[in-house]
Amino acid sequence: MKKTGAEIVVECLKREGVEIMFGYPGGVVIPIFHYLFDAPFKFVLSRHEQGAVHAADGYARASGKVGVVIATSGPGATNLVTGIATAYMDSIPLVAITGQVSREMIGNDAFQEADVTGITRPITKHNYLVQDINDLARIIREAFYIASSGRPGPVLIDIPVDISRGETKFVYPETVSIRSYKPVTEGHPRQIEKACKLIENSKRPIVYAGGGVILANASEELRAFVKKTGIPITTTLMGLGAYPETDELSLKMLGMHGTYYANHAVNECDLLIAVGARFDDRVTGKVSDFAPFAQVIHIDIDPSSVQKSVRVDVPIVGDCKNVLREINKLVQPPSIDEWVKYVKEMKQNNPLSYRDSERVIKPQYVVEKIYELTEGKAIICTEVGQNQMWAAQFYKFTEPRTFISSGGLGTMGYGLPAAIGAQFARPDRRVIDIAGDGSIQMNIQELIVAVQHRLPIIIAILNNGFLGMVRQWQELFWGKRYSHTCINCQPDFVKLAEAYGAVGIRVEKKEEVENSIKRALEITDRPILIDFRIDREENVYPIIPAGKSIKEMITSELI
Amino acid sequence: MREHVISVKVENRSGVLARVAGLFSARGYNIDSLAVSETEQPDISVMTIVVRGDDRVIEQVKKQLNKLIDVIKVSDHPPGESVQRELVLAKVLANPAKRSEIYQLAEIFRAEIVDISKRTITIEVTGEPSRIDNFVELIRPYGIKELIRTGRVSLLKEQKE
Repeated sequence: MKKTGAEIVVECLKREGVEIMFGYPGGVVIPIFHYLFDAPFKFVLSRHEQGAVHAADGYARASGKVGVVIATSGPGATNLVTGIATAYMDSIPLVAITGQVSREMIGNDAFQEADVTGITRPITKHNYLVQDINDLARIIREAFYIASSGRPGPVLIDIPVDISRGETKFVYPETVSIRSYKPVTEGHPRQIEKACKLIENSKRPIVYAGGGVILANASEELRAFVKKTGIPITTTLMGLGAYPETDELSLKMLGMHGTYYANHAVNECDLLIAVGARFDDRVTGKVSDFAPFAQVIHIDIDPSSVQKSVRVDVPIVGDCKNVLREINKLVQPPSIDEWVKYVKEMKQNNPLSYRDSERVIKPQYVVEKIYELTEGKAIICTEVGQNQMWAAQFYKFTEPRTFISSGGLGTMGYGLPAAIGAQFARPDRRVIDIAGDGSIQMNIQELIVAVQHRLPIIIAILNNGFLGMVRQWQELFWGKRYSHTCINCQPDFVKLAEAYGAVGIRVEKKEEVENSIKRALEITDRPILIDFRIDREENVYPIIPAGKSIKEMITSELI
Repeated sequence: MREHVISVKVENRSGVLARVAGLFSARGYNIDSLAVSETEQPDISVMTIVVRGDDRVIEQVKKQLNKLIDVIKVSDHPPGESVQRELVLAKVLANPAKRSEIYQLAEIFRAEIVDISKRTITIEVTGEPSRIDNFVELIRPYGIKELIRTGRVSLLKEQKE
């Protein structure tokens, strides 16, 4: 039976099991939208293409499924770029479909033409420009496979409008086979044995787990590994939730704004077991001073992550889930009682802390209250900057896929649209966007999408009237010259929320914090924005300045 | 900083060269030379890339190349285990007095004279890169008007039984 290209697109998405798609129409995707009108899956119209791609990304992170987004050619597609790069840096499975001008017009500077495969080449795992309608179904099938297998990532398909309008006999490819793409998922048995030996003989081991554990759905295997070996564990920002932070062996987050005890434990360890983490500069600081006494085991599905920035003694390329399962079968617990005792004491004596105040609202206090009142069961999305770090530090994450944040790219404006995607993925959970007054304004237009779909997302703005993280750096490292970081000329966020049809609450006193969150949690049919007026110059501590070592950690205001 | 020859088999599709070239520039690797052509299989192209770097950089280059979906195979071509060739076209200034000297030089290098004008001779030399380098150095004193090299191509030698 003959089908148009546009029909093939919708049919293939259906066969991939797509439940929801985010996007924004435009000239050259009208044929596809024509069939999306009665597609058997949900379509969510954003108010800006960036909102659509972040929502698809948030949906993917919260659900573990592939996020799907569509935009038109030219500006529609270029508006996706930040979101695609965000997904690429954090290895999020995404399929982005863009319209393109018709094939005979490509290269003519046609209306709304942009070389989208060219623009997105370095920020996609792979991309396609469809040049023959007979390739369309195969390409869509491959795109979903590539996006979700191996080290996941975004894949873009650019479809010229004449292909969408053209017709062909539709044959659905039942299987995918790409001769040049065969990700390794099983760890090498000899490497696994070597790793077990190192673990068993170690005196001061630490597990360093990253986002790869969550992407691989290997949280259970990781917990089993820690349980069996008794080794203390720290996670990266992307790994939050992979291991319960309420457990006594959890050292919470490491790195630039990580805990004192996680960073010191890594600094003193004799064996670092990296699982699904990539030794990012925000984790290592000065690489030559990172974990100086440690032998390193590195489990990762991406061979190019291994030996990239840090020398590794036992690399194991494979899916974290499979590799950990094999290790768990073989490994014997090391004798590390003294080390564990030492690390636990360090944890006890140097907790994350802040100087609370009765006079002003401390942002850390707000995050703690959110944790308490949601009983740690919320899905926390963040914007980027201080809000993101306070959320990471003061909320205790216990489950994977409950912390959703732009880690690698650090995209301001990510949180609200991601929260929309996450709420669609998890209607059973409260979704809270911990935001700053800067970031929230970058995609505030998406609030109407939450109103339209009656999503009870809570937007907690930690409002200090500053671009706080940059201001903090200016304070600490640039002689307190607050060049263009003061943004206290700002909209009335309560009225803004109300104008959109959301609930707006302003909180200026500490004693109102708890009640405002309770009130927000009672509302279940629309988004709630809470404007917390916090201490304007509160800083995030500890901080290890960029490119420095643990010796230069600043632990509090007092120093 | 050693020179490495990396041979990359890729899908013969549009955009693949841009992917490979983009990878090198985005990650800050330097390409000394790059030659692309079809292979015995029309749907596969081969890129011979000469790149400089320490072992760790080269390891990363190979891994990053392997990560590209259109890349089928990446292999190292060490000098002893591969046959490497390059072609050069050199347009040399040649007044009548110097001509015979240049002819002699060409003969020694088994070079071919491919064009002659009143003031210039264009010479083609094929061979190992070091031989080409030698040739270029020897003709340089005569005055090189224009010079172009193809970039290296390389095949692994057949394993001896």
